[in-house]
Amino acid sequence: MLQAIQHLGRSGLDFFQRTGRAHILFSQILIGIYSLLPRLGLLVQQVYSVGVLSLLIIVVSGLFVGMVLGLQGYNTLVDFGAEESLGVVVALSLVRELGPVVTALLFAGRAGSALTAEIGLMKATEQLSAMEMMAVDPVRRVLSPRFLAGFISMPLLAAIFSAVGVLGGYFVGVGLLGVDEGAYWSQMQASVDYHEDIMNGVIKSIAFGVVVTWIAVFEGYDAVPTSEGVSRATTRTVVHSSLAVLGLDFILTALMFGES
Amino acid sequence: MMTSRTAEIWVGLFVVAGFAALFMLAMKVSNLSAYTDDDGFEIAATFEDASGLKVRSPVTMAGVTLGRVTDIKFDNSTYKAVVTMQIESRYNQIPAGTSANIYTAGLLGEKYVGLLPGSASNPCDEEKLQAELEGREPDLKGLDCSPQFLKQGSHIKLTQGSLVLEKLIAQFVSRFMEGDDSSKQKDSD
Repeated sequence: MLQAIQHLGRSGLDFFQRTGRAHILFSQILIGIYSLLPRLGLLVQQVYSVGVLSLLIIVVSGLFVGMVLGLQGYNTLVDFGAEESLGVVVALSLVRELGPVVTALLFAGRAGSALTAEIGLMKATEQLSAMEMMAVDPVRRVLSPRFLAGFISMPLLAAIFSAVGVLGGYFVGVGLLGVDEGAYWSQMQASVDYHEDIMNGVIKSIAFGVVVTWIAVFEGYDAVPTSEGVSRATTRTVVHSSLAVLGLDFILTALMFGES
Repeated sequence: MMTSRTAEIWVGLFVVAGFAALFMLAMKVSNLSAYTDDDGFEIAATFEDASGLKVRSPVTMAGVTLGRVTDIKFDNSTYKAVVTMQIESRYNQIPAGTSANIYTAGLLGEKYVGLLPGSASNPCDEEKLQAELEGREPDLKGLDCSPQFLKQGSHIKLTQGSLVLEKLIAQFVSRFMEGDDSSKQKDSD
């Protein structure tokens, strides 16, 4: 009985310690971004591995999500004789929800896990300690560029996802199912608001980008420096960041689209 | 060196593609391209019923969008809805006698304000008409004889509010029932 309570207490303390470490690391990363300015080469390298290499999965899944939306939306709308509104359905669901959320989930799986594994292995093979011995701050040299790269890449990837998805819905809806092309675009333009919908989608994707890369970088930096520890940290990154994205999405949606 | 160069080119392409996607979303998907500069003029109209009308609903004449609804208020003294509309400034030749109606696009579509052009009558014409009726010489002194157009602050007097489907059905049903009753009475007579 007493042991159970002790166990509970220890896991509670662990949780708060981890949360505290994560926040300290976050502030260190933010400070480290300043010293990144004269060395933009580091950032470019990371944007390449975080953003450009995620491009393929984002484009392909965006295309297919858009096509499925077109197909499903058409089948539902045609019952009401409202298949002209297909463009609205596809564009609003992509721009508001699916674009940022699915991109963030894929990003967590593709780039977040890679970040954690890379940083965790650096720690396990004592590369980070070696840097410290050479008076190089590993937070500034390794973590800050990766974090900033995720922060930059995520909104761009989400925008590409939404744009490709709208085109995918267009191919299926207009090309395959015969929805009127003019109706598809004009109804979409009439119902999608730039500030209300697109900008809020961009804000969402920025928030997801920060959360996913933060979790990925922290899990890698905080990993137990063994091969098992790294693999656990990688798993935790994907699970935690997916859950965080979905939970945060609900809160952001309630704040942004709640009253309208 | 080569790998860093290709990486840089790829990153450049990636950033360009991202912004191109955002630009496409802004221009092609959203209504940003339909945004006009705020140099239009505002007119107002009072409706009995403005249900279904929203801020940013289109204001059209002959099916062409001339402007947008900017504000819908409730007038506490007349119990009517005051709808403020912004019309693009290039449409400055809309006659003052124009009437405003609230229509529905399609059976279940959104509501919009449709303007029907009326006469560009002015005080001068009214005076002439009045004089003709009374059989006297028109007194045009101090009266503006140029045609009157809608301008900043104009108020449209001729309006017809939204048709609420329930009301129509209720009217139809009650008329139908009445008709039914009267035919029965005739039968019994």
